[in-house]
Amino acid sequence: MDASTMLRPLTIALVGNPNCGKTALFNQLTGARQKVANYAGVTVERKEGVFTAPSGRRVSVLDLPGAYSLEAMSPDEIITRDICLGRRPGEAVPDLIVCVADATNLRLHLRFVLEVRKLGRPMILALNMMDAAAARGIRVEREKLEAELGVPVIETVAVKTGGAAKLVAQIDHNATPQVAAADDHLDLHAEVRRLLAAAVVMPTRTSKIDDRLDGVLLHPVFGLAILALTMFVVFQAVFSGATPAMDAITNAFDWAAGLVRAHMPDGLLKGFIADAVIGGLGSVIVFLPQILILFFFILVLEESGYLPRAAFLLDHLMSKAGLTGRSFIPLLSSHACAIPGIMATRSIHDVRDRITTILIAPLMTCSARLPVYVLLISAFVPDQKVAGFLSFRGLILFGMYLIGITGGLLVATVLKWTRRDRSEHPLLMELPSYRLPSVRNLAIGLWERAQIFMKRITGIIFAANTLLWVLTTFPGKPAGATGPDIDYSVAGMIGHLLHPLFAPLGFNWQICVALIPGLAAREVAVSALGTVYAVQGSEDTVSTALGHLIATQWSLATALSLMAWYVFAPQCMSTLAVIRRETNSWKMVAVTAGYLFGLAYVAALIVYQVVSRL
Amino acid sequence: MTLRDLPLDTPALVTQVRDPSGSDIISQRLRELGFVPGEPVEVVGRGPLGGEPLLIRIGFTRFALRGNEAERVLVERVA
Repeated sequence: MDASTMLRPLTIALVGNPNCGKTALFNQLTGARQKVANYAGVTVERKEGVFTAPSGRRVSVLDLPGAYSLEAMSPDEIITRDICLGRRPGEAVPDLIVCVADATNLRLHLRFVLEVRKLGRPMILALNMMDAAAARGIRVEREKLEAELGVPVIETVAVKTGGAAKLVAQIDHNATPQVAAADDHLDLHAEVRRLLAAAVVMPTRTSKIDDRLDGVLLHPVFGLAILALTMFVVFQAVFSGATPAMDAITNAFDWAAGLVRAHMPDGLLKGFIADAVIGGLGSVIVFLPQILILFFFILVLEESGYLPRAAFLLDHLMSKAGLTGRSFIPLLSSHACAIPGIMATRSIHDVRDRITTILIAPLMTCSARLPVYVLLISAFVPDQKVAGFLSFRGLILFGMYLIGITGGLLVATVLKWTRRDRSEHPLLMELPSYRLPSVRNLAIGLWERAQIFMKRITGIIFAANTLLWVLTTFPGKPAGATGPDIDYSVAGMIGHLLHPLFAPLGFNWQICVALIPGLAAREVAVSALGTVYAVQGSEDTVSTALGHLIATQWSLATALSLMAWYVFAPQCMSTLAVIRRETNSWKMVAVTAGYLFGLAYVAALIVYQVVSRL
Repeated sequence: MTLRDLPLDTPALVTQVRDPSGSDIISQRLRELGFVPGEPVEVVGRGPLGGEPLLIRIGFTRFALRGNEAERVLVERVA
C-alpha cells in the first residue's frame, strides 16, 4: 500500500440482490442505524458511512439499493448501476465492491455476483445470513467457492454483533484484491449451477417452515381473513392500548400548567408559557403512545416478511385500480408517514404505477392525522363497547383508515381511465423468507420514531404554535372593549376574513385560524385550536380540556366535516417537498395539492350539508 | 404449456421464456431471475381473487407473478 492510498479513505460499495442484508451489514460496519426490514426495496438511495479499520485505515462505506441485475429496471436499481459503472456524475468508482449474497438464496444471488465480477473491479463476496443457512442445513464450502469464483469469499452474519469482523479483517488485509478476468460470453446461469454443484450442499429448495406458513397466510380464504384481522387488531390496539400512557402524559402537563398559573406573575410571559408552550405541546405529545403502538405493529410486519405476502393477497384488487401489488408497501408505509412512503415508490418499475402511487400516498392516513382524528372521535363518539369487547371509537378510527384507502383506490381508478397507455403493469415480486422480528431492531425503530416525533413537536409545531400565539395575542384589546381578547388580534381578524369561504363546510372562525398554521403540518391544527381557545379567554382551557370544549361548542356535523377535510387536505409541507424531489416537477406538486384541496373542500361540504340536515 | 396453465404443485422444468414482441423488458428480467431452460419450477399457490397472482417457486426463491408474466414462461412437466 503506497502513501497516497493512506491519505484518503478507502471507498467501498455494498451491492447485491434486494433483501440480502446490505443495510444490516452497513449498520454493523459503521454503527449507523439505517432502516432494515424484510422485503425487497427497503433502501432506495445511496447511504454513506465511515469506519476505522484496526490498522487505522479510514474506510468510507456506500450502501446501495438492491438490484437483481445491472440492467436496471427501476429508479433505485439505476442508482446502483450508475455507481458500479462510474456513470454517476461527481462520484468516483468505489475502490472495492463488496458484493453481498444471501447464503440461503445463492441460486438467485450468485448470478448478480457473476455480473459484478464481469466488471473486472476489485471485489469481495460477503456470504451473509450464514446462521440462517446453517439452521436450514445448507453447507457452503467457502474455500472451494473462493477458488472456483476467483474472488475472496467471507462469511458474515450482519444481524449479530461482530458478524462483520472477518469482512473488516479482509478489507484491512487486502483492500483491493484483483479479480481474475472472466469470459465475457459466459452463461451466467450455467456458471451458477456449476458453482453450486461444486461448493454448496442444499437439502431442500425452500425452507419447510416458509412453505407451511405460506400455505396458511396465502390461503385464498384464511389468508384474506388473517390479513383483515391483523389490520383490525392494529387499529383496535392503537385506541385501547394507549390509554394509561396518555392519561399519565395528560396529568403531567395539567400539573405543569397548574404550577405555572399558580406561581408566575400575571402577564404576557405567563400566558405564553401556560397556553403556547405547555398547552400547545401537551396537546400533541399526548398522542405519542398511540403513534408508537402503530409503529410497533408496522415494524413487526416489515421485519417478519409479511408485507410482500399482503401485497400478494391484494394484487388483484390493486390491479382493478390500475396498480400492482408493488404499490402496496409504499402505500402501507404511508400510513406511518407519506414521506418514506413516497420515497419507497422508487422500487416500482412502472413509471405510471409510480406516479399514481405518489399521487395517492398522501391520502393514506398518516400518523400526523391521528391526533386530529383521536381528538374529534374522543369528543364526539361515546366510549362504549360494541359486541361486548370492541372499542366503538376504535371502530370509527378503523373506518377513517378505510375511507383513506378507498379514496386512494378511487383516485387511482380515475387516473387509470384517463391514461391512453393500456399496456400491462409488471408485478414480478420476490417473497422473502419469514424472519422473527429482532427485539433490537424494533427498539431502535421505535426510538428513532419517538425522536422524529419529538423533533417535529419542538421544531415545526413549536414554531408554528409560537407564531400563532403572537398572532392571537397582538395587537391586544383596546381600552374599554368588551369582546373576548382574540377578536382584537391579527389571528382573529384573519379567521373572520376566511370564515365566509369555509362557512359552507361548517367550520367556525376558530377552525379557520387553526387551519393556517396547520398547513405546515397536520398535528399543528390540534395545538393551534388549543391556543386559539385558550387565548379566547377560558382560563382553565389547557390541552386536556380541548376535547371537552369542542364537544360542547361544535356540532357533530362540523366535527365530521373537519374529519372529512383531513382525509384529503394535503396539509404537510414536507410531503409536497418530497413529491417535488422525487418527481422533479413542480407541476406534479401543483396537481397533487390542487386535486387534494379540491377533494377536501367537496368532501367536507357534502358531509356538513348532509349531516346538518339529518 | 405455459407456466400460467401449470397445475398447482406439479414439478416442471422451464423450457423457454418468450418475448411477446421484440425484446421485452419483463422477459429479460424473468431470465435474469432464473427462468432459464432446465430450471425446476413449480406453482405453489394462487391469489385469492381471480386466481392471480401466481406464487412460483424457482431455484431457492419464491416469486409472485401475474398471469401475463407467467404466460411468457414455457414449461414441461417432469414425468
